[in-house]
Amino acid sequence: MSVEWYLVVSAIVFSIGMSGVIVRRNPLVILLCLELMLNAGNLALVAFARMHGNQDGQIFALIVMVVAACEVAIGLGLIVALYRRRLPIDVDELRELQG
Amino acid sequence: MSPTGWAWACLLCPLVGTILIGLTWRLLPSRIHGILGTVAIFAAFVCAVGAFIGLEDRNEDRRQLVSVAWNYANTVGIDAKLAILVDPLSVFMMLVVSGVSALIHLYSVGYMASDRGYTRFFAYLNFFVFSMLLLVEAGNFFFLIVGWAFVGAASYLLISFWFRRTTATQAGIKAFVINVVGDVGLVLGTFFVFRGVGTLDFLAAFSQVGDAFSKNDPSLVAGCLLLLVGAFAKSAQVPLHTWLPDAMEGPTPVSALIHAATMVTAGVYLIARMHPLFEQAPTAASVGAILGCVTLLVAATIALVVTDLKRVIAYSTMSQIGYMVMGVSSFAYAGGLFHLMTHAFFKALLFMAAGSVIAAMANVQNLDRMSGFRKAMPFTFACMLVGGLALSGIPPFAGFWSKDEVLALLIDRGGGFVVLAVLGYVGALMTAIYTFRMIFRAFYNEPNEEARELMETGHVHHAEPVNPMTGELEDTDVGFPGPEHHIAEQTGSMRLAMGALAVLATVGGLLQIPDVSSALHDFLAPTFADSSYYDDLEPSESLSWAGLAVGMLLGLLGIFIAYRLWVADRERPARIRQQLAPAYRFFVHKWYFDEAIDFLVVRPFAWFGRFARNTFERVVVNGAIVGGAAGAVRAGSAAVRAVQTGYVRYYAALLLLGLAALGLYFLISAS
Repeated sequence: MSVEWYLVVSAIVFSIGMSGVIVRRNPLVILLCLELMLNAGNLALVAFARMHGNQDGQIFALIVMVVAACEVAIGLGLIVALYRRRLPIDVDELRELQG
Repeated sequence: MSPTGWAWACLLCPLVGTILIGLTWRLLPSRIHGILGTVAIFAAFVCAVGAFIGLEDRNEDRRQLVSVAWNYANTVGIDAKLAILVDPLSVFMMLVVSGVSALIHLYSVGYMASDRGYTRFFAYLNFFVFSMLLLVEAGNFFFLIVGWAFVGAASYLLISFWFRRTTATQAGIKAFVINVVGDVGLVLGTFFVFRGVGTLDFLAAFSQVGDAFSKNDPSLVAGCLLLLVGAFAKSAQVPLHTWLPDAMEGPTPVSALIHAATMVTAGVYLIARMHPLFEQAPTAASVGAILGCVTLLVAATIALVVTDLKRVIAYSTMSQIGYMVMGVSSFAYAGGLFHLMTHAFFKALLFMAAGSVIAAMANVQNLDRMSGFRKAMPFTFACMLVGGLALSGIPPFAGFWSKDEVLALLIDRGGGFVVLAVLGYVGALMTAIYTFRMIFRAFYNEPNEEARELMETGHVHHAEPVNPMTGELEDTDVGFPGPEHHIAEQTGSMRLAMGALAVLATVGGLLQIPDVSSALHDFLAPTFADSSYYDDLEPSESLSWAGLAVGMLLGLLGIFIAYRLWVADRERPARIRQQLAPAYRFFVHKWYFDEAIDFLVVRPFAWFGRFARNTFERVVVNGAIVGGAAGAVRAGSAAVRAVQTGYVRYYAALLLLGLAALGLYFLISAS
């Protein structure tokens, strides 16, 4: 199976994640969609690693997973903090930083 | 100690004096500061004498000594050193400056005794003497300019010494501004010279001037003319002279010290010091000689009609400095410097006597109000008479020998200089007339109220203090003249100072008598060894004595005219005034110089200033530059602000769009 198929799947997954980040307003869902995007990237990396026949891409993928775990920990922490302070769970409501 | 050691000590004495007075003004009683200042200047004089003796001990050809304390900067092309040049000319100036200053300090101890600014006065006076000594001892252009500017600053401080008088502060500002014009001239002139010779050191520059510049080289002429601007501003020569009469707002000892004896002769010193440059640029020197001659006539005519006692002497100072400038610019150095010295003696004496009269008149300076002080103040009268005779050129007083030497040397040069000499004799006649006009009006005829009171009771009536210029009532607090007025008859230190100067004004001329003595000429010879005129200009015996005879006759004629007009037939001056009304008006308005300068310089500048403030500042600076920059930043920030909506999803979309665009760009550029 040539590498294109993997890349197409990766692109589809990435696009789903991207549209989810842009369209959805629930921070939890946005976090999930971000994970989708990261994993799409991982898939592409692993596919390229196979194509080149070395392990560099796979190592990258592992590192991305670590980063993703960290990100999830922080993101979930933020969401829990939002719940605790009884703030609306809606990213459009959190726009104090506007210019 | 070597001559340079003495010269350094001479420079340090007044500096130490001014610093000590400045630091201890709270700790010690003010009387001590007066004594301290006077002692410092006497010490400087002793050091100058030490330098003189040391220099006399050396061989003729080894009398130009340079001493460097340290290098400020010695980089490519610039050699800025703290260096002094000790040669006959600078030692001569040191002796005159410190000697006359010492006597004037002594006079001030009495004259300023009741002024609340006594301590400040002596600190300034010491600072002035330090600056003046720095000016005359400087061994390079760098320190000459420093001393030059210090002297201007000291003059400003002392003219506006009574700082609560508006007239005094205005006069100080005027003097300072005109002096700064001169400073600029001096600095620019130095640049011209420096560009040619490549060094700031006097001796090196003078030795190279012949190689660096051809005769009448345009750039050297320009440089010398700019040096003349400096000299003329400092020495109150036409057309930069208008500050000197106004400077009479300062206390009388200041007028005697700065505006008669020392500072205003700095221009003469400068021209004499720069003689190798001027001899290489004779055009510039001739311009100096002609303007000196113009000044001596202009000032003499004004002095004939001014009614303010001190201003008569001030115009007389301008006129006499005109003789000196005319002399040194015509390469008659010994004559010009000789006149500088005798003038310092008799003019300081005249100012001191005038100060005594002004004190007796409770600060009134108007000659119209004065008369008959002869019996009331015999000592002051005697001093005034000695000074007046010396000024008018009556033998054997000092001015007789010096003025006529300048004129004889001019005739000896021949050509156009003879015309200048003839005009100088015309000036001599006017000098005698205005000098004795002043003396006859103040001292002869019936005693006025003040003179009678002084004769009867032996002390002066202290009228309510008023400003002599505006007639406004004044306080006697600090910043104004003190409540008491000290006249010379009753104050020991003032008598001592005036007595010493009177002796000098009488015998000072004996240094240089044609074919009898030429002490000054011989002493100064090493400085002018490189001059091609110094020894060649040697008026013949008959010419010298004929000149002296003419000078004496003109002086006596002037005194006689003054006697006829202001003692014998006192209705006459008013009639003459009416007959010559246009000329009188012209002279009384000082040849309209103030008005002309106001019209040509002050008003255009004021207009330009208003234009800059009202139009340029508002429209261009505030409107276009400042407003334009602010507007651009504001518009730019509004555009950027519009992007910052605060929607996280919006930011994510923008980010992705940007990334997509970047990716596309790379894809396209790669293919």
